Amino acid sequence: MTTAHDPTIPPPRRLKPWNVFERRLARMGITGRMLVLAAPVLWLLVFFLVPLAVVFGISLATKQFGRPPYSALLSTEEGTVQLTLHLSNYIRLFTDNLYVAAYFSSIRIALISTIITLLIGYPMAYAIARVPDRWRNILLMLVILPFWTSFLLRVYALTGFMRGNGVINQFLGLFGIPPLVMMQTDFAVYVGIVYTYLPFMILPLYTNLVKLDGSLLEASADLGARPLRTFLTITLPLSLPGIVAGSMLVFIPAIGEFVIPSLLGGPETLMIGRVLWDEFFTSTNWPRAAAVAIAMLVVVVVPIMLLQRAQNAVVEK
Amino acid sequence: MRRGWFIPIVAALGFSFLYAPIISLVVFSFNENRLVTVWSGFSLKWYGELFSDPQMLGAAWLSLQIAAISASIALVLGTLAAIALVRFRRFRGRTLFSGMVSAPLVMPDVITGLSLLLLFVAMESVLGWPQGRGMLTIVIAHSTFCTAYVCVVVQSRLSDFDRSLEEAAMDLGASPLRTFFDITLPIIAPALVSGWLLGFTLSLDDLVIASFVSGPGSSTLPMVIFSKVRLGVSPDVNALATIIIGIVSLGVLTATIIQLRNRPRSSRA
Amino acid sequence: MAKKPQLAIDTRPWRDPANNKPFVRIRNVTKKFGDVAAVNDVSLDIYRSELFCLLGGSGSGKSTLLRMLAGFETPTSGTIEIDGQDMTDVAPYNRPVNMMFQSYALFPHMTVEQNVAYGLKRDHLPRAEIAARVSELLTLVKLQDYGKRKPHQLSGGQRQRVALARALAKRPKLLLLDEPLGALDKKLREETQFELVKIQEQLGVTFIVVTHDQEEAMTLATRIGVMNQGEIAMIGEPADIYEFPNSRFVAGFIGSVNMVEGIVTEDEPDHIRIRSGELGCDIYVGHGVDCAPDQLLWWAIRPEKMHLSRERPEVGHDANVTSGVVEEIAYLGDISVYQIALDSGKRIRVSQTNASRGNPDAITWEERVFVTWGDSSGSVLTS
Repeated sequence: MTTAHDPTIPPPRRLKPWNVFERRLARMGITGRMLVLAAPVLWLLVFFLVPLAVVFGISLATKQFGRPPYSALLSTEEGTVQLTLHLSNYIRLFTDNLYVAAYFSSIRIALISTIITLLIGYPMAYAIARVPDRWRNILLMLVILPFWTSFLLRVYALTGFMRGNGVINQFLGLFGIPPLVMMQTDFAVYVGIVYTYLPFMILPLYTNLVKLDGSLLEASADLGARPLRTFLTITLPLSLPGIVAGSMLVFIPAIGEFVIPSLLGGPETLMIGRVLWDEFFTSTNWPRAAAVAIAMLVVVVVPIMLLQRAQNAVVEK
Repeated sequence: MRRGWFIPIVAALGFSFLYAPIISLVVFSFNENRLVTVWSGFSLKWYGELFSDPQMLGAAWLSLQIAAISASIALVLGTLAAIALVRFRRFRGRTLFSGMVSAPLVMPDVITGLSLLLLFVAMESVLGWPQGRGMLTIVIAHSTFCTAYVCVVVQSRLSDFDRSLEEAAMDLGASPLRTFFDITLPIIAPALVSGWLLGFTLSLDDLVIASFVSGPGSSTLPMVIFSKVRLGVSPDVNALATIIIGIVSLGVLTATIIQLRNRPRSSRA
Repeated sequence: MAKKPQLAIDTRPWRDPANNKPFVRIRNVTKKFGDVAAVNDVSLDIYRSELFCLLGGSGSGKSTLLRMLAGFETPTSGTIEIDGQDMTDVAPYNRPVNMMFQSYALFPHMTVEQNVAYGLKRDHLPRAEIAARVSELLTLVKLQDYGKRKPHQLSGGQRQRVALARALAKRPKLLLLDEPLGALDKKLREETQFELVKIQEQLGVTFIVVTHDQEEAMTLATRIGVMNQGEIAMIGEPADIYEFPNSRFVAGFIGSVNMVEGIVTEDEPDHIRIRSGELGCDIYVGHGVDCAPDQLLWWAIRPEKMHLSRERPEVGHDANVTSGVVEEIAYLGDISVYQIALDSGKRIRVSQTNASRGNPDAITWEERVFVTWGDSSGSVLTS
């Protein structure tokens, strides 16, 4: 006979509520995986993938008056279903200089701003990574702080700074320098992008640079390299992933930027996001706006996603 | 290491560049003069004007509600998506799924806004839902793009999660679901909090998408600010900006202090 | 008062498998990840109250085997039986088995008490019973005063003990320990080894320990299973594994060894003779070996089983003596290890106890010495 304290007899197992629940689901052929996937998959299908398909569909329609302000692709005439596709919007994109110029101008502005941001952000990230610990946290906080404040309000702060009677011109006035025209120029757009996206450049650069092993720099100096050579041959190549990550974080949103060119730029500042906005809100030409969006998707977004995928594949290796 | 002068100077200039416009904005919010940039004496009148502007207050309240709801929906969807991406190594449509989750990160706002608006218009004419556009459509739009951000944050926390903790719980008799609630969820909680806050901020900050998918009478705070700013200077926007900057600074400061105080504890093995 | 139950007369049930039922029965278990077999056709019997060590290098499959016992991996083929019940397809949370993880896997957001109580709560035991059990376990691992602390407030050794207490809390039939002492420093490890054995004997729970540390395995184990490339290379008591290895792998894996090739020249029931060119002499083995004349085989001998002398010693059978020059001497305090270059160019190691202090007459560098060994000091290996 075994006694009640025999350690080989497992304690009584009561049925746990979760077990019952799980078993019931399993009997219906529903696995935990399906439950986890269901909500995000459905949501993203309906509110991300389908909308893109809708945009593509409407880009093949034409503008018309009424609600909705575009022609139907499918129509029933005398019992037969008719599919009417218009390529006119796309043809316009290639023939009208405005669109082609806007695409190139967006890429140019984004590229130049990214380079400027990198040139300013790199020394800042480097400085933060090299200061003593207690300073580092304060500086980091100072970088992160603008990130959490409103983007729109920061652009607005810049307008107060750069306008005709703004802070800069008042300051220059003290020295008798005539006011500079800064607002409503491409220059203001560059300043705006650099200003608002600087934290996005600094943070990935910082995370990369702070991991840099100081003994590598000492080893390089020990082997006879001067500081500049050490920087060019050791620090810079090792921080390349940070440079790429930071540049992507600036370049990608800058291309589609709308707020900055419309608040800081002049009428001749062409950026594709602004063109799309005007096409939609000012000309209320929805099909044209849709075609601009599709072109933007193909020209800008898809290459970026492919690039990121390639980059991830390299990183994972 | 020998220190040069170049780096500190550029860094100092960089920080002044980041903060000078903000500081001048704060200073001039207390300016008595309507001309924002001409100082004529200390005054709180723009704050008074701000708090008696029903349009501004209404928009602020609407934006806060939208941000809270969108961040919460995005938190659930983003966390589920992150779990699927980190834990389910292979499933059909994984590539498409991960593409859909991360695409909103690189999608220009104008495209997201336009595509969702066109969807809502098409849905309304086919299904009769959603009727018109307003808070509901903004919430849907914001939840969608915030999901991507939440997913990124949670994903990075989950991928350096020590799986043996979950195995230990199961070994001690906890079912997988029980393990998730007892072990996984509490440990990734900090990531969930920062994911939610990120979603909240992004939603509160969004102008472009909201402009597309909002309807009459549902202008969010950024939309009201934008229309005011576009028309020229408005000192009450300075006042609003100062309040927002104040709240955010307080929040970031508290978070930093808490983080610093927890520093020795976070160095667990 | 009831008398303490007598220990079985034979405490080594594996020596008499016909009359003893194994507690854990692993039958032809294979685990493949893709095309790679991490565990390949392993069969193993483990008896009640054993402290069984799975010893092997990284990638030997020892951890995978342990994880299959815990239920975290399902065997590709084969069965696992624990106490007569088939466990192959039972989920980890339904097994009467607990595991102590290599990383300890202490829940960072729970106190020590909550960690230990976690498994008991899953069984819905009454609150008072859980509290009693937790304090009993914390006393067992000498952490009574640490119950309210969080894991990150403990030292490495204390965490290790919490992990042990947590794994023991549910009175598992079988406790699996994955590198239980791996994260401790050397001194603490030696102390803890004995404590672990004490607790195991006190509770009578069957332990299966995975380790890569041969010294740890030798100290802890009732029996050791040496694993190599997913297969069990040898199962045996520590002394058997060390003194009577069954293969070149086992001989080389545990301890240091001199191994030479040779050819059987005499094959008698009571002895064999091996001619080894490498050694530069014949080897006379004083017992019969299952081999054939002219067979190529290996002979392995531990450094401490050989003896050094300046003069040629008297030996029988015209064998078991060779000579060489001292190349290196490593003085380790208790012993010195001599590296001798034989005339064939082969280098062997011989260790000698430093029985007297500061011996001025000790054998030194560049000296020509003779190396001898006994008739049954070495092992003859055919694989």
